[in-house]
Amino acid sequence: VVTSDPRTFVLDSARGEDAIREALGRAYSVTEERTAAGSGTRRRIWLDTFDWRLHGVGLVLEHEQTRRGGRLILSGDGGAVITEQPVTGWQSSRATRLPSGSVADRIGALISPRVLLPVARAVSIRSVFRLLNSDGKTVARVLADHSTSSGTDLDVRLQVAEVRGYPAQARRAAALLAAIASPVTAPVFAAAATANGRPPGGYTGKVDADITAAMPARVAVATLLTSLLDTLEQNVDGVLRDIDTEFLHDLRVAVRRTRCALKLLGDVLPADLTGHYQIEFKWLGDLTTPVRDLDVYLLDFGDLAGGLLAATAADLEPFREFLVRRRATEFRRLSAGLRSARFRALTQDWRKALAEVTEPATRRRVSARSTARALASDRTARAVRQLTRRGAAITAQSPAESLHDLRKRGKELRYLLEFFAPIYDPADYRAVLSAMKKLQDCLGEFQDSQVQREEITRLATELLRDRTSPVLAATLLAMGEINARLAVAQRQARAGFGDRFTRFAGPDTQRHIQALLTRGDL
Amino acid sequence: VKIYATYNIKGGVGKTTAAVNLAHLAAADGQRTLLWDLDPQGAASFLFRVKPRVKGGGKALIRGTKALDEAIKGTDFDNLDLLPADFTYRNLDLLLDETVKKPTERLARLIRPLAAEYDALFLDCPPSISLLSENVLHAADILVVPLIPTTLSVRTLDQLTEFVAGFNGRRPRVLAFFSMVDRRKKLHREITQTLSAEQPVVSPTVIPALSLIERMAVERAPVTAFAPRSQAALAYRGLWSELNAG
Repeated sequence: VVTSDPRTFVLDSARGEDAIREALGRAYSVTEERTAAGSGTRRRIWLDTFDWRLHGVGLVLEHEQTRRGGRLILSGDGGAVITEQPVTGWQSSRATRLPSGSVADRIGALISPRVLLPVARAVSIRSVFRLLNSDGKTVARVLADHSTSSGTDLDVRLQVAEVRGYPAQARRAAALLAAIASPVTAPVFAAAATANGRPPGGYTGKVDADITAAMPARVAVATLLTSLLDTLEQNVDGVLRDIDTEFLHDLRVAVRRTRCALKLLGDVLPADLTGHYQIEFKWLGDLTTPVRDLDVYLLDFGDLAGGLLAATAADLEPFREFLVRRRATEFRRLSAGLRSARFRALTQDWRKALAEVTEPATRRRVSARSTARALASDRTARAVRQLTRRGAAITAQSPAESLHDLRKRGKELRYLLEFFAPIYDPADYRAVLSAMKKLQDCLGEFQDSQVQREEITRLATELLRDRTSPVLAATLLAMGEINARLAVAQRQARAGFGDRFTRFAGPDTQRHIQALLTRGDL
Repeated sequence: VKIYATYNIKGGVGKTTAAVNLAHLAAADGQRTLLWDLDPQGAASFLFRVKPRVKGGGKALIRGTKALDEAIKGTDFDNLDLLPADFTYRNLDLLLDETVKKPTERLARLIRPLAAEYDALFLDCPPSISLLSENVLHAADILVVPLIPTTLSVRTLDQLTEFVAGFNGRRPRVLAFFSMVDRRKKLHREITQTLSAEQPVVSPTVIPALSLIERMAVERAPVTAFAPRSQAALAYRGLWSELNAG
């Protein structure tokens, strides 16, 4: 939410300096201050992560370059500066890490592991007007920023700067400007980003399909799948340019959701579609797995190395170097796959096929039994039944596979809930999702530890076979220690399962689930 | 914060012009600067186009019922603020005398809260030797003493240095300089030369009598601002670097 500062205004770019002088001239003589500090030209680049993490929490980050030097300015979307730091020789125009300083301290954890990308640019020229009283004393200043972005003139931003000891004059000047200009409702960055073709918040990794309860089920499913395809395609460029690890992560989630939708909802689509695309999306998922697994290891590496008791981080370094080499190899394979004719055909044909389903001409009248609402209730109820039954069957003696299987069922239910979120009652939806999340975190911890243990054993074997450098015993011992830590984490997750599941299967969550299936946007 | 006081028992010797120009130079150097116009005539306030008025008057400031920073006005220059004069400052002696404990140190206590906000504080004092001037001498780090080149004014400098030397504890550094010097007058030349040679507290920098300095009252601005490359501005700049050298 943008809280507008009563001292800042937006003036239509068609109205120039004369309008400002005329409005203020009613009470003051107005002179332009040519040498004022802060006047002159500023080159401005706004930065955010691909998924708008700063924008999402109401922050705006600007890299400003003037003749006097550069600085990073972090502010709220109302314009109030939170912190700033000078930067020299730093290129914000390429995807890059923040230089250390107060801005990095404030947002480092928020954006990690993503990198910042330029999301908007503008050139602003500031004029400073002094407002003089009858003694010729400056009693307030008005700062006017004329900005252009991608050749477009943006609104002129006006700001009244108070001179110490003259607060009433600043209020009066603001009142005079209010007659010709309107209050600020969006930061200048929003206008610049829109001019740049990327409106703030335009990308989200979340499921974001416009589904209504009354839609024919097949149209709803095709709409959902089209939206997942959009997300998938939006991430391809970032994956190929290897900007940060989260492009691949988001791409994989879109693939998993697509596969889940095909499996659980695919029967409402034309019969020939589902089978073929299930194979193609499995291929795509498998294509992306090796790089992602290595990314997970590398992202966690600091924690892994930091938690060693007997071994030291240096012992583990050859392992890290090995992972980096492996990733480079796997990345080439992934990259080739994403540039292949098969991938191109998959995305293009898929989009075309889905468009045919959603096309108004092919839509027929639908009975109440084949609406999105009916489909959502039916499939969600089935997924809940399965999850509850299988979960209840798990005992302390159950093999790891049954927990792994339960996690998959849980993930399917969770995806189903997300797919149809727009037609559910928000409060019920949140309650069910939160209970689901706790159960899933526990199962996830168990399963991820299992996978990582298998992986580290496999990697150790490969490391021994790798001829580029001799393996030290210390490295293998350190890896063994990690394996042991993963085993401990896995055992703890298993111990916690009973409680989590009881809560999920208990009356509170079940009541919300029942409500979800029977009420909502009808 | 470094506290400068322009002071002389005699009036009309160039105290205010020195305070205004030196404060402007300090601010132009990037120091956060405040000038307190303690003279009820309000000449410094006039030169900065600020009305010589403080709500509640000197009484509220001295008694502490109004914090000094509420009365501060921004000047037209970056980094330079002014605490204006008020006609009630003519009674400051009486007001100071009313404060029971240590009336000679009241001013120093009042300005203490401003230390964090400013790098340089200039006190422009009215001429006289009084409880107020004693307060100023106690508060200041440097006394900037303008002298006009007469034999009599040299005696007042002696009196002042003796008076300061008698202080217990902290003593301000004294820097005197000749002001309103007319190079065409033989007496002026002689006095300025002899004194700056004999007296270590007398600066070799001389502020000449120039009509441009008098023009400050017409321009209502420091000469260092409206004629920054003039001989007058250069003279003040020389004095300013000497103040910073010690």
